[in-house]
Amino acid sequence: MSDVFDRDPDDRVRILDESGELVGDLPDLSDAELVDLYRYMRLARHFDERAVNLQRQGRMGTYPPLAGQEAAQVGSAMALDPRDWIAPSYREHAAVHVHGLDLADILLYWMGHGAGGWRADVNVLPAAVPIATQVPHTTGVALASKLRGESEGSDSPRKTGEAGDSEESRSSDHRTKSGDAVACAYFGDGATSEGDFHEGLNMAGVFDVPAVFLCNNNGWAISVPRERQTASPTLAGKAVAYGIDGVQVDGMDPLATYEVTRAAVEKARTPGDRPRPTLIEAVQYRFGAHTTADDPTVYRDEAEVEAWRRRDPIPRLERFLRETGRLDDAAVEDIEASVRDQVSAAIERAEHTPRPDPDAMFDDVYAGLPPALRDQRAYLHRLRDRHGDDAFLKD
Amino acid sequence: MSTDTDTETQNLTLVQAVRDGLRTEMQRDDDVIVLGEDVGKNGGVFRATEGLYDEFGDDRVIDTPLAESGIVGTSIGMAAYGLRPVPEIQFMGFIYPAFDQIVSHAARLRTRTRGRFTCPMVVRAPYGGGIRAPEHHSESKEAFFVHEPGLKVVIPSTPADTKGLLASAIRDPDPVVFLEPKLIYRAFREDVPTGEHTVPLGEAAVRREGSDVSVFTWGAMTRPTMEAAENLADAGVDCEVIDLRTLSPLDRETIVDSFEKTGRAAVVHEAPRTGGLGGEITAILQEESLLYQEAPIQRITGFDTPVPLYALEDYYLPSPTRIEDGIREVVDF
Repeated sequence: MSDVFDRDPDDRVRILDESGELVGDLPDLSDAELVDLYRYMRLARHFDERAVNLQRQGRMGTYPPLAGQEAAQVGSAMALDPRDWIAPSYREHAAVHVHGLDLADILLYWMGHGAGGWRADVNVLPAAVPIATQVPHTTGVALASKLRGESEGSDSPRKTGEAGDSEESRSSDHRTKSGDAVACAYFGDGATSEGDFHEGLNMAGVFDVPAVFLCNNNGWAISVPRERQTASPTLAGKAVAYGIDGVQVDGMDPLATYEVTRAAVEKARTPGDRPRPTLIEAVQYRFGAHTTADDPTVYRDEAEVEAWRRRDPIPRLERFLRETGRLDDAAVEDIEASVRDQVSAAIERAEHTPRPDPDAMFDDVYAGLPPALRDQRAYLHRLRDRHGDDAFLKD
Repeated sequence: MSTDTDTETQNLTLVQAVRDGLRTEMQRDDDVIVLGEDVGKNGGVFRATEGLYDEFGDDRVIDTPLAESGIVGTSIGMAAYGLRPVPEIQFMGFIYPAFDQIVSHAARLRTRTRGRFTCPMVVRAPYGGGIRAPEHHSESKEAFFVHEPGLKVVIPSTPADTKGLLASAIRDPDPVVFLEPKLIYRAFREDVPTGEHTVPLGEAAVRREGSDVSVFTWGAMTRPTMEAAENLADAGVDCEVIDLRTLSPLDRETIVDSFEKTGRAAVVHEAPRTGGLGGEITAILQEESLLYQEAPIQRITGFDTPVPLYALEDYYLPSPTRIEDGIREVVDF
């Protein structure tokens, strides 16, 4: 794939076509890793279905579904080393899970619980809910990594702390690579219209930092279609203005998203002939709503959704794996069962996590509790003693 | 108080009144243009602009790219040209990219050109907590904008006021930040005049007359404050509840008159306590009416913390119980 970056912005990288046929070179992944890629996508799809249902049943708040976007998230995250960083948007449940966040902690965040959405020993920044704000953070993490130059097989800079249950993180199979830790931003097509996108990519180019900017172009920013987001023919082409590489990839091809991200990460780790940062435009589609509060039938045609469903990344990889003897009925059934169990266990843990103590509101605003906040915390204690918690809680 | 063109009414929710107010003003004045994210075909994420795209077309109801600074900055240019843009920011928590445009440009275009250029623009945004929303969807940062000279800041609490205040804001010659209490977007209905309807900016409304204590509030906190006031009435405490409606400029006269009658005051807001409007109202009473004061003024507010994720938001937001408790402190002093 030496030609990944020597191509026009609209020359989309493809490896596995919609029918599961190889149309490019198979990436350097073992059979087990290829099955992992498939399993993670199945897990993400099932997690997503359960999460939407939890919201529908009033067991969780507003949730942003990812169905359709599994390949770009899983393929790209599998190309990262555990010491690399992710700065996600709010829809990257699969990517941050592959990188080490527990599913239960992801659910907890959407259940309104501050203990969720992060993990002490995982380099995943909290999901950026405002749009594109994580792009300059990514440049900053990458700049720090470059300045500190943790190269040549140095240990992970991650702090170890309170470890959650380590359900299913990928740390066992990571390959340590030389060079700097890479920072990877995940954001959508709408984010490319924000000022922070421009500022973050511009600085990444100027400082030549080890960063990958992965744009999950799913076609719609809530109700606004990609062609109304920018008059630019591609999003990948925007990289030209920043003097960095830009490449478009079939975002529903898990092998291509893996390979393009892998190549971008490799290029980022050490200075070379090309700019270190890369903007990847992964062209894909969100099958569902923007969030559970959104009704996409108001603004897009079902025929369009159906057309994209035929490009679903999961069946195409399954077909390839089956036809090449890497997967059979028994293995698929095992994966289905284990995925169900894993998601059920995560929901069980999230739902059995007690409501946080109200003190949690005050305790981490600063490293130390200022006097005014101490007074406010004590005031809330007095109120709860006087009136009981039921006087406050609506549910 | 308000000016209406006819006596017909419709029974509307607050968010329907937003839509009705926009529609009426757009029918009245071709220069009024709505723009923002998802305001067109989708009708707004809260349906506040539903139907406007079909009625007025995409030249007057403009779906924009996802860019708050761009939306407001573009609106400033349109206003300088002579139009009356009404940009929507989808949630108040996402207004910050536009902050520079609002405070550095919208607020002072008139000052900088001695009136050669002006900025008759209304920035609409839903604000506030209580709907179990995700992070950054519950902010109540009205004080940021009240602090900025050159801006007016309006927060309605009833459907009829929403329509009337929005119309006045659109007709106002200066920029207005119009914050909508999304907690009560659909909480209740009220008869709203069908035709043109304005409620003047800068005038508070006395929601409940009382003699023992003055309680100042606005927006989504008006309802729990009224509930607390009714509970206290049963216990023999007679609260006067003032809904400020316009936070900049404040209706100092109504605030002072009420306090000089009761001699006691509480302020209720969901924004953080420090730097919130409670401090400003307290200072006005100190300046104007010190000798009438019979008890320390209570601020019943959100805490000086980020709005917590929703598992704890019921503890963060002033509830009727907490408001009642605070008012009792004032009365029992």
